[in-house]
Amino acid sequence: MTPLALLTAWVARQADAQGNAWLGERRAALRARPDARMLAIALGLAPRKVGKAALDLSADDLAMAEQVRPGWLPQGLSLDQAARLTLLLEASVADDFPALLKRLLTTSDLAEQIALYRGLPLYPEPARLTLLAVEGLRSAVRGVFESVAHDNPFPAEHFSQEAWNQMLLKALFIGAALAPIVGLDRRWNADLAHMLLDYAAERAAAGRPISPELWRGIGRFADAAHIERLAGLLDSGDALERQAAALALNDAGPSGQARLRADQPEYARMIAANEIGWNAIGNRIKIS
Amino acid sequence: MDVPGEIACPCCGEALTSAQIAALRSQLAVEPLELTALPAGSMFIDPHCHMISRTTDDYLAMAAAGVVAVVEPAFWLGQPRTNVGAYIDYLSHIIGFERFRAGQFGIRHYCTVGLNSKEANDEALAEAVMDILPAFAAKEGVLAIGEIGYDDQTALEDRYFRAQIELAKELDLPIMIHTPHRDKKRGTSRTMDVLVEHGFDPARCVIDHNNEETVREVLDQGFWAGFSIYPGTKMGNARMTELVLHYGAAGIILDSACDWGNSDPLAVPKTALMMAARGIPAETIRKVTYDNALAVYGLNGEMKATDWLDAGEIDHGALFAGNSILRAGEVPHIPRRGGGVGNLEIV
Repeated sequence: MTPLALLTAWVARQADAQGNAWLGERRAALRARPDARMLAIALGLAPRKVGKAALDLSADDLAMAEQVRPGWLPQGLSLDQAARLTLLLEASVADDFPALLKRLLTTSDLAEQIALYRGLPLYPEPARLTLLAVEGLRSAVRGVFESVAHDNPFPAEHFSQEAWNQMLLKALFIGAALAPIVGLDRRWNADLAHMLLDYAAERAAAGRPISPELWRGIGRFADAAHIERLAGLLDSGDALERQAAALALNDAGPSGQARLRADQPEYARMIAANEIGWNAIGNRIKIS
Repeated sequence: MDVPGEIACPCCGEALTSAQIAALRSQLAVEPLELTALPAGSMFIDPHCHMISRTTDDYLAMAAAGVVAVVEPAFWLGQPRTNVGAYIDYLSHIIGFERFRAGQFGIRHYCTVGLNSKEANDEALAEAVMDILPAFAAKEGVLAIGEIGYDDQTALEDRYFRAQIELAKELDLPIMIHTPHRDKKRGTSRTMDVLVEHGFDPARCVIDHNNEETVREVLDQGFWAGFSIYPGTKMGNARMTELVLHYGAAGIILDSACDWGNSDPLAVPKTALMMAARGIPAETIRKVTYDNALAVYGLNGEMKATDWLDAGEIDHGALFAGNSILRAGEVPHIPRRGGGVGNLEIV
């Protein structure tokens, strides 16, 4: 079983006969000859031909996805996105697939860009697509940025530390949640913590709010001064900021944890009982 | 004193005659019509607007006057593009940011894509555009290939016109035709002959920018006849009203063709009012200002009345490319559709 086979089955059971026939025929043509013009037209027509409904995925489907491609999160895909991914995967046999994708991106609309980037974990020889993924993050369109950054294992698997750190900073900058970034807690680093603190100071100086998720990258690198700062936030912040400060202190090793127990034992208890956590804060931000 | 040749038609670049300038001035003198007289809930489709060169004031006024949807045909920019990159950016703009901008005013925005006849004369550019055009033609919200046809009626224009008819057939898209400003009558006939020669169904094609001299043949051959209410140079409201009185509603579509020149984004609702004042039945007015445009430009399924009838609240917070068109904290006042526009100033 491959991701392409799974996507094929998911589209087939939801699209009507006409849509399936069209898609099957276009895919066969692309498999035989991955022509840029043919691919661009098929990608454009896909929503009209197969429909734009949300893809109905069961827990079994998601488990199967994890099995055939560990880390792949197809939840939230629409029917047209899935159909577009099958077309792209058929065309991935092209001699220079990265060049083909780059060309497509110059004429694609936002929905097409989002579908293309959601396919990043599925394309062959992914390392050669890293620059393309970074380019997607440069988009000022939040939906395009999130198609690379959120629920996508590609950045954690292929990005350099510099590219990873820029993605995190930009997410905070544009108000995108950090929690849906795959591999978040595996890739925190001291350099990023430094940049996050600078950014927090800049925001504070301008009197602007700071995302509570920012502190998720601080705790494990916190020195005594940072612990003071976090302890201050425990008293002064709003509800989410207080939770974030407590979680960051908890991440900061024995000295941070001791400070948390001394200042706010109730938060220490809530963390131990899993009543508050980073992902819950991230989800609140994603919704708001 | 109006000196002939001093004012150029912004659309074709040709010098306006003193008669045309005088007509323009007399037309402007009788406007604005009282748009407040529009029945509440009036809805219009303006199927030919170059919104890329219009202001937010125009969008506000159009929304207030009941324009629910606009079609933006790809054209030149008043000056030739120098490379295909400029064309790609233009097409991306009209399928992207301009659509978003219109949406911020509660107006649905669609477009047609094509290589226009003027730029077809730059062979290197034209070849490159033909290469990227198919990708844009298949996009969501693209209703037709257009505006295409003849300008100087050169061999190159003919070659790319024919190639684009074939592209429309391949992608099952209607066609919007730009008829030439010079040698118009013969150019229009030739355009239709070529479409017929390629087996293109006239019922899927709008011949735009008609006048009294061209309309009969267009309708007789079964094409849709578009009229651009473009003061001074193409068709005025009063003449248009006479044409509808004479020909009725079948096959006739009104548009403003508003662009960067002296044109009026409210031309469709204003002409509707003038037609009502002349006693033309509401059903006829609705056909030429709404139903007919929807019938032909809705053929590929990308434009449906539910797009605006079932639309929710306007999401003024929506960001495109990091830019809201609104300044911080600003909420635009969108007047109620049709009627009730109160003291809205039409300038």
